[in-house]
Amino acid sequence: MARAHKYDVIVVGAGGAGMMAARYAAQNPGVSVAVISKLYPTRSHTGAAQGGVGAALGNVSEDHPEWHAFDTIKGGDYLTDQDVAEVFAHEVIEAVYELEHMGLPFSRTPEGRIAQRKFGGHTREFGKSAVERACYAADRTGHMILQTLYQQSIKDNVIFFNEFHVLDVILEDGVARGVIAYELATGELHTFHAKATIIATGGNGRMFKVTSNAHALTGDLMSILWRRGIPMEDPEFYQFHPTGLYKIGVLLTEGARGEGGILRNADGERFMERYAPTIKDLAPRDMVSRAMYLEIREGRGVGPDKDYILLDLTHIDAAIIEERLPDITEFARIYLGVDPIHEPVPVQATAHYAMGGVPTTIDTNVITDGKDTIVPGLYAAGEVACVSLHGANRLGTNSLGDLIVFGRRAGVEAAKYAASNDYGQLPAAEQDRAREELERIRAASGKERASHVRKHLQDTMMDNASVFRTSETLSSQIEILREIQERFLEVSVEDTGSQFNTELMEAVELGYLIDNAVQLVHAAHHRRESRGAHSREDYKERDDEAWLHHTLIYQDGNGVRLDTKPVTLGKYEPKPRVY
Amino acid sequence: MRINVKIKRFDPEADRRPYWAEYPLDVRPTDRVLDVLNQIKWEVDGSLSYRRSCAHGICGSDAMLINGVNRLACKLLVRDLGEIIAIEPIRGLTVLKDLIVDMEPFFDAYKAVLPYFVNDEPDPPRERLQSPEDREIFDDTTKCILCAACTTSCPVFWTNERYLGPAAIVNAHRFIFDSRDQGTEARMQVLNQANGLWRCRTAYNCTEACPRDIPVTRAIEEVKRELLWRRA
Repeated sequence: MARAHKYDVIVVGAGGAGMMAARYAAQNPGVSVAVISKLYPTRSHTGAAQGGVGAALGNVSEDHPEWHAFDTIKGGDYLTDQDVAEVFAHEVIEAVYELEHMGLPFSRTPEGRIAQRKFGGHTREFGKSAVERACYAADRTGHMILQTLYQQSIKDNVIFFNEFHVLDVILEDGVARGVIAYELATGELHTFHAKATIIATGGNGRMFKVTSNAHALTGDLMSILWRRGIPMEDPEFYQFHPTGLYKIGVLLTEGARGEGGILRNADGERFMERYAPTIKDLAPRDMVSRAMYLEIREGRGVGPDKDYILLDLTHIDAAIIEERLPDITEFARIYLGVDPIHEPVPVQATAHYAMGGVPTTIDTNVITDGKDTIVPGLYAAGEVACVSLHGANRLGTNSLGDLIVFGRRAGVEAAKYAASNDYGQLPAAEQDRAREELERIRAASGKERASHVRKHLQDTMMDNASVFRTSETLSSQIEILREIQERFLEVSVEDTGSQFNTELMEAVELGYLIDNAVQLVHAAHHRRESRGAHSREDYKERDDEAWLHHTLIYQDGNGVRLDTKPVTLGKYEPKPRVY
Repeated sequence: MRINVKIKRFDPEADRRPYWAEYPLDVRPTDRVLDVLNQIKWEVDGSLSYRRSCAHGICGSDAMLINGVNRLACKLLVRDLGEIIAIEPIRGLTVLKDLIVDMEPFFDAYKAVLPYFVNDEPDPPRERLQSPEDREIFDDTTKCILCAACTTSCPVFWTNERYLGPAAIVNAHRFIFDSRDQGTEARMQVLNQANGLWRCRTAYNCTEACPRDIPVTRAIEEVKRELLWRRA
């Protein structure tokens, strides 16, 4: 295979955002598009999303995009950029219909319309009660989105480079010129020269011990762009989903609570009634995860070690469970040997979603500072990006909405840019940075295994930087990360081959993961307030006077540099967040 | 518990032919086979190669032949296998390294059946309507994760690599029985070819192999019947 490629638009990542972007970019005649992914497209983690995609279709009860925008802003603890939420709540309606027109097999109402159910934080009339907004296909909505987009990409003859790991983004004179990628099958480096580059590579949940995220989610591009001088926005806001399967973290959709599921402590108490009297178990995820942690800390956890909570579905009609929640029912049966129809399921909070990421404008242009200075030719969408739709805490279902709305915008904008700009010059020896990193690890003779360093990273991040944080735990984690960075330099690999060297790639990915942890911990240490998913026990209140702004964090030599970016406010004044 | 794991290994850069390697290990009965593979890769031999991603049976990366049966390594627990676990690559596709096989022929067969929604009428302003009953007819075949467990368990596919295979037919079924779709004629032409649908000998291996519990053989039979009715 040739190792030099040229496409007008390169998309990195083949999940929901990437394939949506490719589809829209390719609709422009004369614009060539290729997608690079380190997995086969249908392996992407969009496929693991379960519960639904929120859109105010009003198929089950009255709903309006204004209500959806408000819920998103309040759910984000007012760190959401309000212009983004408004655009999103309107465009996601059109985008859901478009998915249906692509053939997506949604579950249906008796009238034949797209079925909708309740989900955490989604309400009618600005918080009065829960509303059916999540458009779903049983509990495999993400699977259907991923399959449908892949199917359409076959129809549209989209070009894919599968099992190619991007190792560098070419930035020359502040302009993106493409990427360097490692072909897993051969071990060769390829140069992809592009006019416009779209980053859609998802999250970084593998920095934590217990996570719902796939092994592949190692925050590669959040690190690569950071090393290239691009800041990350709001990395301290990391979502823990309340209902991961005990110990293994596999996700059990919030749709289970949308269908009537209840969380109970060791006393059998429905404890969410105390924390969120109006919407109870359907409070936003940050609040439910914190409530679960507090119940466990106060001795009301379940089991011999009193360290889990029960998700109780036993009062729900078995037929409804089998029909609407078949996959999670199977997960509980297989992995825990528990049948949710007959007994409650042991759950614990699981690392789930990065609200922060590569900062972008509302049109998905990557920006380099707090004044919206764009990097020409560089776009980002989906979990890797921070457009800031989700603010300090994402509402359930808004990730899938984010993919399709901003994936589409990225495709449109990148194609527009590509159509009106020429290919820039590639720098000399453009592969050198990527090659040096590979050669360093390949030649290393240290005694560390990547897996041991990674485990230490995951264990300590879980202990010191997860649901609750203090100055003490975060300072200690900053120290631990310094040691981990040193240990990483001692990591060597046994496999020196060139074909399918997955060990080498795991080591490279560990380097990315460590950068992601550094971003998160420093930003969390810096932000001395509690907002959304960032909960500081030494600063328990939200402090709008001092902290109603986004964080930007830059790599600065061996350290970091922090800056701010204003929040775009709008109709909704920040108010105390009660449910 | 103490187990003995045997893995059929092959490094194209070093080995002339595959060989069995053995790994005695201490594991928990609740470990997934994928955890066992990870334990070997992370603690014993970093060069062991296999595909994996989501680790809970939804991405379809890690289909392998485990104690003689096609399974997803992440959806099978040690306690359900006993003390000896033998792991090989899925059959009928070229082995590239250890448990990694060439998936391209599999995806080529999938792509051949036009596995996408076809409806050339103008899109309505809102959704196309579909009753819950009509939606239910093709529900099972929407579950496919393209892991290849079915196709690589099929004796017809083992002897004829040009046979479309069960996974491709399952994905044709998903559209043929979708009340909104209009692409069936073109799809039927592909299925009716010499290496298409009629190669199926109803061995049921595919149904037993499917990690998503899709009644694969039944779906294939439904497509056969539909093709006959349309010709009648």
